[in-house]
Amino acid sequence: MGHGPAVKLGKDNAAGYKSKIGISMFAVYTIIYAIFVMINITQPELMLIQIFGLNLAVVFGLGLIIFAFLLALVYNYFCTRAEARLNN
Amino acid sequence: MIYAQSPLAIGLFLSFVLLVLGLSFYLGRRTTSSSGYYAAGGNVHWFTNGIAFAGDYLSAASFLGICGMIATAGYDGWMYAIGYLAGWMVALFLVAEPMKRLGKYTFTDALDSKFNSKSIQLMAAISTLVVSVFYLIPQMVGAGTLVTPLLGLPHYAGVIIVGVVVTIIVASAGMASTTMVQFLKGGLLLIFSTILVISVLFRGLSTTPENDGKPYHEFATLQANVENGRLIVDDPAYNVPANWRDSELAEAGFVKLTQNGIESIWHIQENPQGGYVLEEALFQAQLNDGTRIYNGAPAEEGRFFPVGHMKEINMGGETVMQTGAIGPLAFLRTIQDSTIVLWGTKHVLTPEGYYSIYYQKPTPGSHILRPGLKFKVDNATTAEKFNFFSLMLALFCGTAALPHILIRYYTVPSQAAARKSTLVAIAAIGFFYILTLFMGLGAMTNGVVNIMDNNMSAPLLALSFGVILFAIISSIAFATVLGTVSGLIVAASGAVAHDLMDNFFGMKMQDKNKVLTAKIAAVCIGVIAIYLGIVFEGMNVSFLVGWAFAIAASANLPAILMLLFWKRTTAQGVAASILVGIVSSLGLILLSPDMYVRYGLLPSDAPISFNSPAAISIPLSFLALVVISLLTKRVEVAEDSTENAHA
Repeated sequence: MGHGPAVKLGKDNAAGYKSKIGISMFAVYTIIYAIFVMINITQPELMLIQIFGLNLAVVFGLGLIIFAFLLALVYNYFCTRAEARLNN
Repeated sequence: MIYAQSPLAIGLFLSFVLLVLGLSFYLGRRTTSSSGYYAAGGNVHWFTNGIAFAGDYLSAASFLGICGMIATAGYDGWMYAIGYLAGWMVALFLVAEPMKRLGKYTFTDALDSKFNSKSIQLMAAISTLVVSVFYLIPQMVGAGTLVTPLLGLPHYAGVIIVGVVVTIIVASAGMASTTMVQFLKGGLLLIFSTILVISVLFRGLSTTPENDGKPYHEFATLQANVENGRLIVDDPAYNVPANWRDSELAEAGFVKLTQNGIESIWHIQENPQGGYVLEEALFQAQLNDGTRIYNGAPAEEGRFFPVGHMKEINMGGETVMQTGAIGPLAFLRTIQDSTIVLWGTKHVLTPEGYYSIYYQKPTPGSHILRPGLKFKVDNATTAEKFNFFSLMLALFCGTAALPHILIRYYTVPSQAAARKSTLVAIAAIGFFYILTLFMGLGAMTNGVVNIMDNNMSAPLLALSFGVILFAIISSIAFATVLGTVSGLIVAASGAVAHDLMDNFFGMKMQDKNKVLTAKIAAVCIGVIAIYLGIVFEGMNVSFLVGWAFAIAASANLPAILMLLFWKRTTAQGVAASILVGIVSSLGLILLSPDMYVRYGLLPSDAPISFNSPAAISIPLSFLALVVISLLTKRVEVAEDSTENAHA
């Protein structure tokens, strides 16, 4: 029927661990993103608070982008380590 | 009208298109198998795939749409960027590796991997087609927008050129050439956007910005008084019609003046010191005799000026005329503490014709760098708040459900490579979205914005630094459209040839014929995309992409997530979820105020008051899956892989 991976993949013993850590990190990021959206909807005046000479809107927006990258790095680090530990 | 064609830009543009076509034909000769066409053989390096991800994702919406929206609506435009990037976290943490494990060529393969269900094959293929077509619309609109200043051709010509070139690319080599185009384009876009932002910071801010050596048009202000019902302006060169007060223009707050036979429109406001202040506006008029004039003259006379300037610069507590070279944080702080002239729009129907009038709205930078100029958040109604929430939800959930993004996971050799390529994509896309803030604000303050079509703000910002940078940026922007459209057409042609004809209808074809069928499907989808690109001319491309995200998030994401994380999910549940997601999101969009404008009806007559459907259609899709799954029995087929299906 043509399903299954395009290339032959080996058994991944780290899949369960990676899934758990992925869900945890997803929850963390989702909560922070939700806080950002909810502040905009319910208390937009809070976005005018000054931090380092810039308002919270800009700092939060930049922070969300940079935090996403840092979280992705941490996730990749733990996943790579788990793959090395469990698949070799 | 505010553009002049440059031979250098045209030469670079044509060279780029020929290069892309040559690459496609070269790679096309090596692509004879399904695996090669749909998944580039599954052996693309993760870094190449990561940059190609960025190339796929940084489409017309990101480069043209977001920059244009920031240039005219400030922070609200950047909210799209924040939402787009957040969506990658869903892709990385939940979807990337399982999709790699479960699928072969298309998103349908992954969904159907445990069921071999005809209903999933049909629904997922339809969903892929619908989402791809909706995503194609803004790309084609962006293409038409780009070709006008580049080649001096009308919008429809640009759409047709892109459609034909992309269809040739896809029909010649599929995913292999698409990946190479995306890699090249993604890399070049990052490099030259960085150069553009450095140029903006090096130039700094000025109340009288220069545009490629040409001075900014100084918008005049007149003082006026009313004597015996007549409006007397302080400059006698202007003639005021005697019945100025009785016109539809006056009701909207404007007055039409004439100087040397040329009409101009002015925004009239009361002067606190007495009398009136008249501020020069811009206008486009569609007259009853069919002619179109731009600021009182035909387009060729170039009287419709680019706009966007600082009214007052406050830097470190001092008022200055220009800042000189400035760092990135100081740039943002100075914008925040200064006043910038934005432009409002009013449409007025008069006995002479239909007028679109653009008038100055000096706005504090503190308002520009916070939400509220496009999305109403202060004292907003429940519907307005709901619309904003719904859009941000669609952007968050949509990325991991886009078919042309999902199929890219099949081009790499392993799950680790899928994850690492997503990480590279997040780094590249995140960095680019930080650049968009500076490019958008740079366009807003450098006198380059075409207020009638803000999609061109980033390329026109480049033009203010000279035609070479403009030529390069425009060529890359065009490649942006080419690459994304080709990725979408590969995804859509895969849905037709692989999911529908091969799997659903069981038309067992030789591998060579499968590829041929996909290429024919690519041509048909290309024709549809060309038609829709012409129909939706003029809408902001990022706004249009918001709809594609909403449909993808509603139709695909609930099915993907529940399949991966809820063991009671059944084939019927997945199919029902996709169906409900498509019908509800599409239905709400077709009944939305913005679509009513497209139908030529009043937006206030639309049966619903919001434009973004995700907050309703995503929960409905989840609900359909859960209810139908609970009512039906799960029947799994034997897996042909040694992998853990559930992560």
